Amino acid sequence: MVERLAQLWADRLRWHPTANPYVRAALWAAGLGLAAAVLIFGEPSLLVNGLLLGSALALAAIGVTLIFGILGFAHFAHGDFMTLGAFIAYALLVGVFPALGLTQTGLGPFTFGFPLLLALPAGVLAAAALAAALDWLIYRHLRRRLAAAMTFAIAALGVAFALRAVIRGTMQAGWDTQIGQLPRESRQFIQLPLDIGIPPDNIFLGLAAALLVVGLYLFLSRTRAGKAMRATADNPDLARVSGVNTQLVIYWTWALGAGLAAVAGTLIAVSQAQFTPLLGWKILIPIFAAVILGGIGSLYGALLGALLISVAMEVSTQWISPSYKPAVAFIIMLVALLIRPQGILGKSAQDR
Amino acid sequence: MSLLSADNLIAGYGPVDILHGVSLRVEPGEFVTIIGPNGSGKSTLLKAIFGLVSPRSGTVTFDGQDIAGGPPERLPRHGLGYVPQAANVFAALTVAENLEMGAFIRKTGAAGRIKEMYELFPDLAEHRRRRAGNLSGGQRQMLALARALMLDPKLLLLDEPSAGLSPALMETVFGQIKRIQEQGVAAVIVEQNAREALGISQRAYVLADGSNRLENTAAELLHDPEVVRLYLGG
Repeated sequence: MVERLAQLWADRLRWHPTANPYVRAALWAAGLGLAAAVLIFGEPSLLVNGLLLGSALALAAIGVTLIFGILGFAHFAHGDFMTLGAFIAYALLVGVFPALGLTQTGLGPFTFGFPLLLALPAGVLAAAALAAALDWLIYRHLRRRLAAAMTFAIAALGVAFALRAVIRGTMQAGWDTQIGQLPRESRQFIQLPLDIGIPPDNIFLGLAAALLVVGLYLFLSRTRAGKAMRATADNPDLARVSGVNTQLVIYWTWALGAGLAAVAGTLIAVSQAQFTPLLGWKILIPIFAAVILGGIGSLYGALLGALLISVAMEVSTQWISPSYKPAVAFIIMLVALLIRPQGILGKSAQDR
Repeated sequence: MSLLSADNLIAGYGPVDILHGVSLRVEPGEFVTIIGPNGSGKSTLLKAIFGLVSPRSGTVTFDGQDIAGGPPERLPRHGLGYVPQAANVFAALTVAENLEMGAFIRKTGAAGRIKEMYELFPDLAEHRRRRAGNLSGGQRQMLALARALMLDPKLLLLDEPSAGLSPALMETVFGQIKRIQEQGVAAVIVEQNAREALGISQRAYVLADGSNRLENTAAELLHDPEVVRLYLGG
């Protein structure tokens, strides 16, 4: 009797709604219908700006997927590395550069000035160095103890909280506020046909992100270090056997992931014309939605997922309040996961 | 002096010892087979030699240098190669990229050696742009061998090179291994198909329960009635 019940229960648990072809068809129809509705009824302006903002989201999502590929855990501090990059840029632009007489704004069509082009790499270097240092200080030891992926993720969460608290504290101590305005000069939107208006800074953001994605592709596919990185993600033991110093690869991965996050954070701060210590944390949810939607571990998946999620979030503001944006991101991710659990470009368990 | 000598290796995983004092030597250019029942510590012995498992005690000397417990990534430089049993190619990388990874420690000059590998393994040349994960089992074993040969090693450690292959493919793989021998490379082969492996080896060791049981020339072991009964399937 007990065995019979246990059997029934086991069968129930194994039942999976998406195994039903009708349910699958309905979900596909819903997903494609939604995509079509967004393309047809979405305001062209929101579509285009969604794509441009999505490219910044993609930089962060690529970092998460890169770190997952090499280290095998969800890097929950990624948002706060974006914040760190943006904070360094803010502190330089508002605190340090004016003291040196560097206060130019309105470079060409953009609201920001050339000092941002100095502040951006500084934030990248700081974030990259801190990420590598934290591996040396924390994650390296967890690896040596063969800690579970959950332990790494919780450690990352600890790093996230600590980093944010330090940035909040410094912000309060230095500027007596939690919302800092970036120096800027007003600029007209760029007007395109179909009533498309683009803030010029978004063009800069899209170009910078596209350049970095192409650069990353060339790095991973053409350089020795990039191939060592892909080999380590694929099969770390065989990489070591082939003479790859995997610890060094791990440092590079952290530096690359955190550096891209810093660029993304700074570009988003510029496009919002303000910096808050919650900048990255708020965007962490769409980043993970993008990574999972695209297929965790897949770089192209992260790119595609980020663009899709961002466009959907922007277009949704046409009908619903912008505060629902994270909900939109997650509903898309959930529907996609029901249809394709491994994500759009992810490999299923059988393919591995 | 022997090319490789391991003396009294004690090693295992966590608190459990698998090897209880195993010794082994390999002369330059010599093929040595290790046979023994499942769980006798054959694979662990290769891992302990290569530093993937740190020996608790014992010495490993390769080409005059003490390499026991050293980081595995340093060994390709010394001329020691290793082909693990499972997951022995980079599945997400192309065939050509796998070969490049084989020569990772050389900053330049891999192209010429890759060409030689394509001549040695014509099957790989045909599929150079394919991902290794999409190759057949036999092609994968060829690629694993070719990757390990990229640096022209003095000694290769081969863990079950014919695992999971059909008898016909097994023959092809052993044929290729024999050609490696003609190039003067020495090898330690752990193999379930002991008869095939003994056929291309000069000497062999029999392990049991993590200890040396027998050591003899391959030819004599092939005719030892007890070895035939226990390990060569009658």
